[in-house]
Amino acid sequence: MWALLWKDVRLELRTKERMASLFVLALLIVFVFVFALSPERLRSPEVSAALLWVTLVFAGMLSLQRAFLLEQERGCLSGVLLCPFEAGTVFLAKFLANVLFLTLVQMIVTPLTLLFFEVRLSWSLLALPPVVLLGIIGFSALGTVFAAIAVRTRARDVLLPVMLLPLLTPLLLAAVKVTSAVLVGAAWPGVWIRILLAFDVIFVITGWLIFSQIVRE
Amino acid sequence: MKTFEPFADRVLPWLTCGAMLAALAMVFLYVPTERVQGVVQRVFYFHLPAAWMSFLGFFTVAGASAAFLWQGGRAADLLAQAAAEVGMVFCTVVILTGSLWARPIWGVWWTWDPRLTMVAILWTIYAAYLLLRTLGGDNELLARYAAVLGIVGVLDIPLLYVAVQLWRGIHPKVEQMAPEMAWTLLVCTVAFLCLFTWLLWLRLRHLSLRADVAALRQQAVALS
Repeated sequence: MWALLWKDVRLELRTKERMASLFVLALLIVFVFVFALSPERLRSPEVSAALLWVTLVFAGMLSLQRAFLLEQERGCLSGVLLCPFEAGTVFLAKFLANVLFLTLVQMIVTPLTLLFFEVRLSWSLLALPPVVLLGIIGFSALGTVFAAIAVRTRARDVLLPVMLLPLLTPLLLAAVKVTSAVLVGAAWPGVWIRILLAFDVIFVITGWLIFSQIVRE
Repeated sequence: MKTFEPFADRVLPWLTCGAMLAALAMVFLYVPTERVQGVVQRVFYFHLPAAWMSFLGFFTVAGASAAFLWQGGRAADLLAQAAAEVGMVFCTVVILTGSLWARPIWGVWWTWDPRLTMVAILWTIYAAYLLLRTLGGDNELLARYAAVLGIVGVLDIPLLYVAVQLWRGIHPKVEQMAPEMAWTLLVCTVAFLCLFTWLLWLRLRHLSLRADVAALRQQAVALS
């Protein structure tokens, strides 16, 4: 698994195209929101929370679309599958690569967003990185499953968001609620955290189990 | 499937017609008008059974998908597709009848109440499933992909339910019904169940005939 993960990371280190395009796209989405909303609106923590996740979903979608593209175009997925390990392992490697890329992008984009939206700095913001990470994990787990499906269909660019977005609803609702609570500095919304955790656990396990059904030739 | 065939072809259409007529008669002639909401409340007798049928469709998709992935077989795959199509129709009926009722009672056509949100999202999951089926292209793995979506979709429902419940809530809950109302609801549910089964059957047979034709055509091409 680590070899597979290392392969994706090394590919990315050589070209840097996935990270670079993700970063620029995320930044552009933030700009669009800044232009579209009035300055008073921008300061509302709920808007910043929603925006953070809209950015992450769009950037994540782009990242997922590239996750299997190289293998599909060069026919390398069959090669990967011929190696003596289980499909679940391939899932874990792809999933972790996606988590890694999105986390790196968000490490730059999230502080910038907070800066543009004039969020007050306080100690409670320290709770933000774990929340974003939980969101990224759930997103990548479900996303890896559907990216593997979408890449082998005819209308892959349309199908990935169409399949993924409705299923992400619980994750996004929970993530936005927790994030806005963190930004306001309100009480820790335990029940929403539990939904986030449940989503992550359920879909990492589902993806790991069901992946052999998808990549079978 | 074979044992079900004579029943589905000869009895089920008549059963559906009869039950539907009885349901209509009860809704318009028999059941008393609700005191507070007035005539518009009668749409409820179609709304609630349609909602149940759309959930039934959803669980049929999930069950058939699981059966297909673990045992294979064309019948399970076709059943999942037919159930998704029929479920989508009932889901649309739920949204339309709900809108008709909400306009005079709540004063809006649509609001983000948990159950409305839930139905709207279920509708988009159904839509995604059917889009995958049609836009997926000629891929023999497509059935497998659709089955994965069907199963993941049903795993998502409990989380979705909890999330939208926590989010907000104003949907009317049925506390007590007059016996006439309960009877009408029962007859309507039976009528909708017959309609659901019949539509599912017609669709299933159509899909299976189409698959047969495609296979025959391939054979013919191979022979010539």
